[in-house]
Amino acid sequence: MFETFPLWPQRASSMAGNVDALFIFLLALCGFMCIAIFIMILVFAARYRRTKGREAEQIEGSNALELTWTGVPLLIFLGIFVWGAVIYFMERTPPDDSAEIYTVAKQWMWKFQHLEGQREINELHVPVGRDVKMIMTSQDVIHSFYVPAFRIKQDVLPGRYTVTWFRATKAGTYHLFCAEYCGTAHSGMIGEVVVMEPAQYEQWLSGGPAAPLAETGKQLFMSLGCSTCHRFDTQGRGPNLVGIYGKPAELEDGRTVIADDNYIRESILNPHAKIVAGFKPIMPVFQGLVSEEQLNALLAYIKSLSQPPQGTAGTRNTPSTSPSGQQQMIQVQ
Amino acid sequence: MATVAVQTAERENYLNTEYGIRSWLLTTDHKRIALLYLLAITFFFFIGGFFALIIRLELLTPAGDLVQADTYNKMFTMHGQVMVFFFLIPAVPAVLGNFLIPIMIGAKDLAFPRINLFSWYLLMVGGVLMMYTILTGGVDTGWTFYTPLSTAFLNTHVVTAALAIFIAGFSSILTGLNFIVTVHRMRAPGMTWSRLPLFVWANYATSIIQVLGTPVLAISLMLVALDRVFHFGFFDPQRGGDPLLFQHLFWFYSHPAVYIMILPGMGVVSEIVTCFARKRIFGYKFMALALIAIAVLGFLVWAHHMFVAGISLYAGLAFSLLSYFVAVPSAIKVFNWTATMYKGSISYATPMLYAFGFIGLFTMGGLTGLFLAALGIDVHVTDTYFIIAHFHYIMVGGMVMAYLGGMHFWWPKISGRMYPEGWGKLAAMIIFVGFNLTFFPQFVLGYLGMPRRYWQYKPEFQVLNVLSTAGSTILAVGYLLPMAYFLWSMRYGKPAPDNPWNAAGLEWTTPSPPPTFNFEETPKVTWEAYNYDQIKEAPVE
Repeated sequence: MFETFPLWPQRASSMAGNVDALFIFLLALCGFMCIAIFIMILVFAARYRRTKGREAEQIEGSNALELTWTGVPLLIFLGIFVWGAVIYFMERTPPDDSAEIYTVAKQWMWKFQHLEGQREINELHVPVGRDVKMIMTSQDVIHSFYVPAFRIKQDVLPGRYTVTWFRATKAGTYHLFCAEYCGTAHSGMIGEVVVMEPAQYEQWLSGGPAAPLAETGKQLFMSLGCSTCHRFDTQGRGPNLVGIYGKPAELEDGRTVIADDNYIRESILNPHAKIVAGFKPIMPVFQGLVSEEQLNALLAYIKSLSQPPQGTAGTRNTPSTSPSGQQQMIQVQ
Repeated sequence: MATVAVQTAERENYLNTEYGIRSWLLTTDHKRIALLYLLAITFFFFIGGFFALIIRLELLTPAGDLVQADTYNKMFTMHGQVMVFFFLIPAVPAVLGNFLIPIMIGAKDLAFPRINLFSWYLLMVGGVLMMYTILTGGVDTGWTFYTPLSTAFLNTHVVTAALAIFIAGFSSILTGLNFIVTVHRMRAPGMTWSRLPLFVWANYATSIIQVLGTPVLAISLMLVALDRVFHFGFFDPQRGGDPLLFQHLFWFYSHPAVYIMILPGMGVVSEIVTCFARKRIFGYKFMALALIAIAVLGFLVWAHHMFVAGISLYAGLAFSLLSYFVAVPSAIKVFNWTATMYKGSISYATPMLYAFGFIGLFTMGGLTGLFLAALGIDVHVTDTYFIIAHFHYIMVGGMVMAYLGGMHFWWPKISGRMYPEGWGKLAAMIIFVGFNLTFFPQFVLGYLGMPRRYWQYKPEFQVLNVLSTAGSTILAVGYLLPMAYFLWSMRYGKPAPDNPWNAAGLEWTTPSPPPTFNFEETPKVTWEAYNYDQIKEAPVE
């Protein structure tokens, strides 16, 4: 019966248990409060119903009671806040060594790009037990990436990357919904997350003929002419991009920004927004010239430059993205 | 309305003092203007309700089969826009507030009677534009107008809908301004701030929000229109705009707007509970302060609508914490209403049944707000049916219950006639059952993960949706009943005495219906609010 009429969602990620625990706690607490207040109202209504010969007893109020039912709820609320905040903090902080999957949302489909080169539409294959970070953007309006069984949701915005992450814990097929109203076929912008055992996942990965995403990015980097200025030495008219990812960059106007996904994105589409110190604003604007998928490939390539050159192809989730690896590159530089 | 006045014409009152359509459309009497509002918002309530029924019927089956996807999107958009801007926001302040505030403080009228009439005309201009929008093809932005969907991706009547709400907003601003000045300047001798009925406090707090918040709504809708028509690109990331900017502006108004919709209801319930329990309100000062606290804190929590929208982690933490602060005064109010009943002399008259319903449903709506303010849970349940259930418990379970309770409570004063008590009780209970059957299953649907605004859905959600649709038909019957017997009572109802409930408050010292200038002579107030110790108890039914 419960397959056709479930009362509790499936639990298939490392986060689901945390969310359910707080939810159940709140159900118990609020259920208790609700019932207590209902019973009080019913008891008062029955016990003090209007009868002949008995008059209401006037009571002005009680400061002690008022302070009690101001202070006690406040303390309980603060406790709930902290618990909820801890979960949110985990939800918003992907582990450093997460595998990355690029996502492009558009009216009305989900497009996924794996670093290994596989591309999918409305279907997302992931392995059990690995932290997966979704780097997401939209081609048009705001969408929202929602997997109820994982208890995660993140709006996907045009013009920037937003991020969410999960670690699937149970093989199976789960709903993927768009949760932000996005026009006519909003309710049709759905898909499936297929969680596979690692061995099967490896098999699935090896099935595709595609080149790794960073490799696609490398070819774009050449064909778009990026490589003529962004050389791998100090002679280029643009900054050398090796090892810049995730590092602070000093700007011409004295500010410092972290060269993260959104910064690199902006620097490709609208390079004059933030010029790195020591360089001239000569780069052409690529807004409208590269698609979101191409941008993702370029981003994957630039990020791969933080790693040893041979590692650019097909590395996924290896410890080489750790800070020590990047420092080595800087020394080489 | 004029024919009704003939029936009740024993002595001169605001209904029979003048006749003819002109005497209504050009009136500056706050009581007549209240009735003009009543006609208008009742019309809009049934329009909005009709859209809701289409939504529920479509959701009877998982497939999208009753209407087209675009039609469905228009239905929930216009349901929200009509209900929020043309029913809920004006409901209690513009009808009951308009009628009662001057009488409750012992004044002849509001401070600016002609601005009051102008406010109604503004709502009408907005309403006519809204109807034009509906009849010429509608709008499908969602009531929230989220950009860039609304600015660049839809070709429906976005600008006229925005303009309709823009204009209706000025009606709300002017009404708020009118109430604030009236409460400050027009109180009768002896009517000190600490003697004001909580209904007046509630509308005063609401007015502050209306005056400070609504201009921001006007700005955000104006920006949407400019972006759409002249392609300014405020919200277009390709031209340096930011779609999230719209959400910040929109919720800066629209979260406080939730309190515009609930605070007046809290005022109504305070009047009803005291009267039908024959009690002073428990903790008057705390009740008044809680209203003001909600109005002020309500301005500081808007981004809790945006925890998954792409705001920073730390913004999420701050807005979650502030949201818990605003929950405290709401809890204080529930506790005080309950305490007021303690050792009272409680009657189960229709208004009191609505007050019971309000307290119960508002408590559930408020407590589920605690779930949503908890960041970790909000990520899962925001934009699902959990949200839909939560805010309908506040707005329909809370505000509409309070509005109907208030309409029954003051109907004898407004119309000079009694409504049929038996039918009143029956309708109240039908509404309570229908409401819970409609919206409780939606909490479960939400936690299961059914997103809102879905035209078609996964088959495992069907059972709960069928329950919800069944409830909505019961609810519809419940809403039609009062409509029918209020109309019936205008002709056939027993003439109402001046104070049928033996209630406290200046409005019950004037005749039913009141004369045009409310009082023969300006009253002098020498008593505290809710002096039920000094008023003879109502007879046992």
